[in-house]
Amino acid sequence: MKPTNIGGHEYFHKVVDCQWACPAHTPVPEYIRLIAAGRYSDAYMINWRSNVFPGILGRVCDRPCEPACRRGRVDKEPVAICRLKRVAADLKDDVSGRLPQPAKMNGKRIACVGAGPASLTVARDLVVLGYQVTVFDNGASPGGMMRSQIPKFRLPDEVIDEECGYIIGLGVETRYNQWVGSLRDLVAEGWDAIFVGTGAPRGRDAPIPGREEAAKHIHIGIDWLANVAFGHTTKIAKRVIVLGGGNTAMDCCRSARRLGGDDVKVIVRSGFEEMKASPWEKEEAIHEGIPIINMRVPKEFRHDNGKLTGVLFEIVRAEYDAKGRRSLIATGEPDEFHECDEVLVAIGQENAFPWIEKDIGLDFDKWGMPVLNEKTLQSTLPKVFFGGDAALGPKNIITAAAQGHEAAISIDLFCRGKKLDDRPPPEFNLVSQKMGIHEWSYDNQVSEEERKKVPVKALEKTLKDIKLELELGFDSFMACAEAERCLNCDVETVFAGKICIECDACVDICPTECITFTANGEEDDLRGRLKAPAKLLEQALYVSDDLKTGRVMVKDENICLHCGMCAERCPTGAWDMQKFFMQCAEAGTEAKRT
Amino acid sequence: MTYLVKPKLLRADAPRNALGYTRRDYEGAISTLCAGCGHDSISAAVVQACFDLDIEPHRVAKLSGIGCSSKTPDYFLGNSHGFNTTHGRMPSVLTGAALANRDLIYMGVSGDGDSASIGIGQFAHAMRRGVNMTYIVENNGVYGLTKGQFSATADKGSKSKRGVVNSDTPIDLAALALQLGASYVGRSFSGDKEQLIPLIKGALRHRGPAFIDVISPCVTFNNHAGSTKSYDYVREHNEAVNRLDFILPRDKIEASYPAGSLRRIVQHDGSILHLRKLDADYDPSDRVGAMNYLQERQALGEIVTGLLYVDSGAVDLHRHLNTVEKPLNQLGDAYLCPGSKALEALNAALR
Repeated sequence: MKPTNIGGHEYFHKVVDCQWACPAHTPVPEYIRLIAAGRYSDAYMINWRSNVFPGILGRVCDRPCEPACRRGRVDKEPVAICRLKRVAADLKDDVSGRLPQPAKMNGKRIACVGAGPASLTVARDLVVLGYQVTVFDNGASPGGMMRSQIPKFRLPDEVIDEECGYIIGLGVETRYNQWVGSLRDLVAEGWDAIFVGTGAPRGRDAPIPGREEAAKHIHIGIDWLANVAFGHTTKIAKRVIVLGGGNTAMDCCRSARRLGGDDVKVIVRSGFEEMKASPWEKEEAIHEGIPIINMRVPKEFRHDNGKLTGVLFEIVRAEYDAKGRRSLIATGEPDEFHECDEVLVAIGQENAFPWIEKDIGLDFDKWGMPVLNEKTLQSTLPKVFFGGDAALGPKNIITAAAQGHEAAISIDLFCRGKKLDDRPPPEFNLVSQKMGIHEWSYDNQVSEEERKKVPVKALEKTLKDIKLELELGFDSFMACAEAERCLNCDVETVFAGKICIECDACVDICPTECITFTANGEEDDLRGRLKAPAKLLEQALYVSDDLKTGRVMVKDENICLHCGMCAERCPTGAWDMQKFFMQCAEAGTEAKRT
Repeated sequence: MTYLVKPKLLRADAPRNALGYTRRDYEGAISTLCAGCGHDSISAAVVQACFDLDIEPHRVAKLSGIGCSSKTPDYFLGNSHGFNTTHGRMPSVLTGAALANRDLIYMGVSGDGDSASIGIGQFAHAMRRGVNMTYIVENNGVYGLTKGQFSATADKGSKSKRGVVNSDTPIDLAALALQLGASYVGRSFSGDKEQLIPLIKGALRHRGPAFIDVISPCVTFNNHAGSTKSYDYVREHNEAVNRLDFILPRDKIEASYPAGSLRRIVQHDGSILHLRKLDADYDPSDRVGAMNYLQERQALGEIVTGLLYVDSGAVDLHRHLNTVEKPLNQLGDAYLCPGSKALEALNAALR
């Protein structure tokens, strides 16, 4: 193998699994260390820069970081990264003084359609550069789907108000209760750029027999959740079936449980394991006494003169073809009938752009999605940019924030007449953490504690009040203990082959045997020859230049604990622990440099 | 050195041996030796050897004297028996322990000071008596604990860190062991675990005095230009006579070698030593030849390593003394003191 190029930010970024997995590339270990140190406001601001909504995401993020967490590969469970983020939001001081000051107006006007996470991210990034940003939304307050689709017992309004408030407070102009009915008209108003962050507003329906006849008792999940969120719906019948297996289905069933549903079940087509809902959301639904019945395809809504009596299901099993594609095959067992009084349909969301005229030069693909440059998020109408669920299909809040940042960079470049492909690079640095022979500026002793469970309010109380937040969040002691579980993967093991004397001290001390000195070879061969074979292919091998004996140092990054013992044991300082800190570029970064 | 205890977190696929132990279960306390000390590599080799041999840790007794090397038994086999004797007295304490309980596996760990200076008499007699043990000398050529004076194994002409040239003749412990009757003699280098681990394994499964001289650079006082026991010097002058593969009776033998290049030696317990010859003329069953070879090559400035001599049919001290099969410490009162009638009968027989 060729020696690993550790020069840029790519290699070391990938080692920080959580940051790599985060769509917004939040510097996770850095803020976790700040939480351990009790510096909650600092931790919050690092989050705020990267993901804009730390308090919101600390409660409801899809947390792609946690399955990626290295701790999960050497311990039972990953670090509770998401809930630590909430700690930073909960325990911080007043941060209003730390928010950026709006710059002098530059005379450019930007319209953002929708006041959800993507639009608000664009607004935040641009308004501080001096753009005049106007946000349109048909609702009465900002937040978009975060406010309308996520139940209050998971995400209270105060948190949304606070974090959207920080952005609006920077000087964003808002036009609430205003439905943008025509992109043509909007373009005609002469905005310098338009950002579309309208989400995926249409819930998919289940057009099976009985749907129309029993329509009064069958609701589209996200619409129903919005009605609950805004107080239009305050109760539901006793027996409820939720169709679907995603997070919306979980929100629906748990909300139904709180609005009078005694007998709520989730019935899903796929197997339990393949359900789209996050494992922890499934767990919580089960914890609230909601059974999840899998491998059932709805066939018919049965009704008695329009009064729903139940749903008929076909029982299926999953079969996979050679390419791993799944098909659901009827088992031949008799169909199963489940009685119920109301049904919530939560089987997916779709994009809908009824307000975008088809003849204004903005192309759509055959699935009805706008044709975009995936990197710049620019549409075929150069002035119009997309982000969030409206751009590349429904994902999640953290992806919306990440895309918001990218779109803001694009819009800024566009308005300054620069090439959109010339993206500003991320800012990063790599600094030795050595303070003495055994002293590092990070706590390198690896905690062996188990993951802390977030304390919750009593179930009987929370099931009675749909607005009562279930989770209490970590207190400072639990937060510190949980933060200590972080392996500090951003404190990188950096190897200088020139001064290595090949004494094997690092090999001997490494608790997880990830260092090997051996003859070089092709990657496949090398992976099998290491002291502990490196089987996880997506984890890189760190290969040095040829050493004095002609061998190379090979380190399997997979399960390095970043304990720094190799560096403490190294007699020549060939190993060093260096902190890699990287933040994605912000809109305007390039402008600052030139 | 480090102050931290090694984290217990393990990779999920960490290998386990026949007893269900991981390599980590054979480790000891965290080392307090200097960073980069060759001795730590030897400790790691001992850990690996015991792991590979599925040795139950409580069946091992590790004894040592005084010095950097003699501290190391604390850093491996944390669940085994240990005894730190006074300086240079490990061999006699080990001999006593071996006589009392022949069932344990005895490992003596010593250094060039402990064995070639203050303890040279003890070393000599343990070898010639045929004590069943693995005697490892961690040989760095200096007194590390007292800041780097030459030891008795320092080569003539070797330069100290301060620039002083050694004028005394060195003691070659491997040559001495050969002369004194050790039945398994090897030399290795701490920086070459591929060579060292099988040598230790073979020694642990050898019956009789097995001696391994391991050149182990002292990074702090003897790893500079001009030293003959530095990492660089040893790597440059290392002349291995053979490569050893240690094979347990249960293992399948897969590798094949050209005729004449391999020597197969079966030890008393059925374990097999596969010696891949690197020097075609070298015969590891010829004690006198081995002694001559060592002298010749040493005169040329080479460091001869590998399994230098092995006598797989050797007998040990217990056989010499015709002791009972059962460990002495397990013999009951009735057996040890058969009573006055038996005494009278014995006396009568001698009258």
